[in-house]
Amino acid sequence: MYIIVCGGGKVGYYLAKELIEADHEVLVIERDAARCDLIADELGDIVLKGDACEAVVLEEAGTARADILIAVTGDDEDNLVSSQVAKHRFHVPRTVARINNPKNEAIFLALGIDSTVSATTAVLTAIEHRLPTHPLIPLLTLRNGGFEIVEVSIPEDASAVGKRVGDVPMPPHSIIALVVSEQGEPHVPTADTVLRANDDLVAVTQRDNEEALRYVLTSAHARAR
Amino acid sequence: MHVLIMGCGRVGGALATTLDREGHNVTVLDVDERAFRRLGAGYQGKRMVGNGIDQDVLRRNGIEGMDVFVAATQGDNRNIMSCQIAKHIFGVKKAVCRIYDPIREEIFNELGIETISPTKVGAALLHERITGS
Repeated sequence: MYIIVCGGGKVGYYLAKELIEADHEVLVIERDAARCDLIADELGDIVLKGDACEAVVLEEAGTARADILIAVTGDDEDNLVSSQVAKHRFHVPRTVARINNPKNEAIFLALGIDSTVSATTAVLTAIEHRLPTHPLIPLLTLRNGGFEIVEVSIPEDASAVGKRVGDVPMPPHSIIALVVSEQGEPHVPTADTVLRANDDLVAVTQRDNEEALRYVLTSAHARAR
Repeated sequence: MHVLIMGCGRVGGALATTLDREGHNVTVLDVDERAFRRLGAGYQGKRMVGNGIDQDVLRRNGIEGMDVFVAATQGDNRNIMSCQIAKHIFGVKKAVCRIYDPIREEIFNELGIETISPTKVGAALLHERITGS
């Protein structure tokens, strides 16, 4: 396959090296002349010096016949633009962009990028289960009114354990929509539903009340009403 | 009109000052607070520090209630990305984007954002002045 790698930093360099070893045809586009020389010395004549956001440079790179374009510079906005130009001007079948801000994932997919890779998310996932805190996981942000749907897991030491849903001092504009038991059984709670350790809750809340909601559901010291 | 302007350079600063004087509700966003010195003496609007390609920053600065979003930083790609977020993620009706590179301007204009290329406009004006047509 013909694969274009935008950005010849550490990620771009090792990516190109692996792809070459796997017998792909690779071209790295890099702005910095010194970086270009270094890559050429190590990997051979597979570098094009230039700005991968510019259509002229992508044209010169033969982007129209590329099977994949992978944008791995350190700047999310540059990766977005080169992927979009590749997709819309040169009709590259598959574009992959590296992102630093994990929240850009949804944005990039909405803007037509085929897939994203985030080191930040990978590290977060790797350490998630060892973190002492119990974060709310945002599932969906609704466009108007600042509402969002979040998932939160009830820790064993939470003061909410054993409480009726009706007795949890919920912050304003917040409601528990679904309780999924440890056995994976989902049900819509009533005021009499009793919360148990390791229940996964799906709740609707407002962004400003997120922290208060996290506190009443996960803290060991949340006060009863 | 509620207007959010990203980038308080010469253009962003002058635009903010003018719109504010006309009575519009203006917020200016820049990563560097020193940039706000470019705002006119009587400027009454908001000055906010932050990066406009971060959706949380945009939300915090009221993007959801804006009638107009203008991206006028020095970086074409930053402008392109923030305008697309404003328009396609937050549904701002009018998102205008400054793009120096004429080819990129053409591509993203086709992709549905309103674009202005100072390069093209400047060249056209100079041409007109020189040839008188």
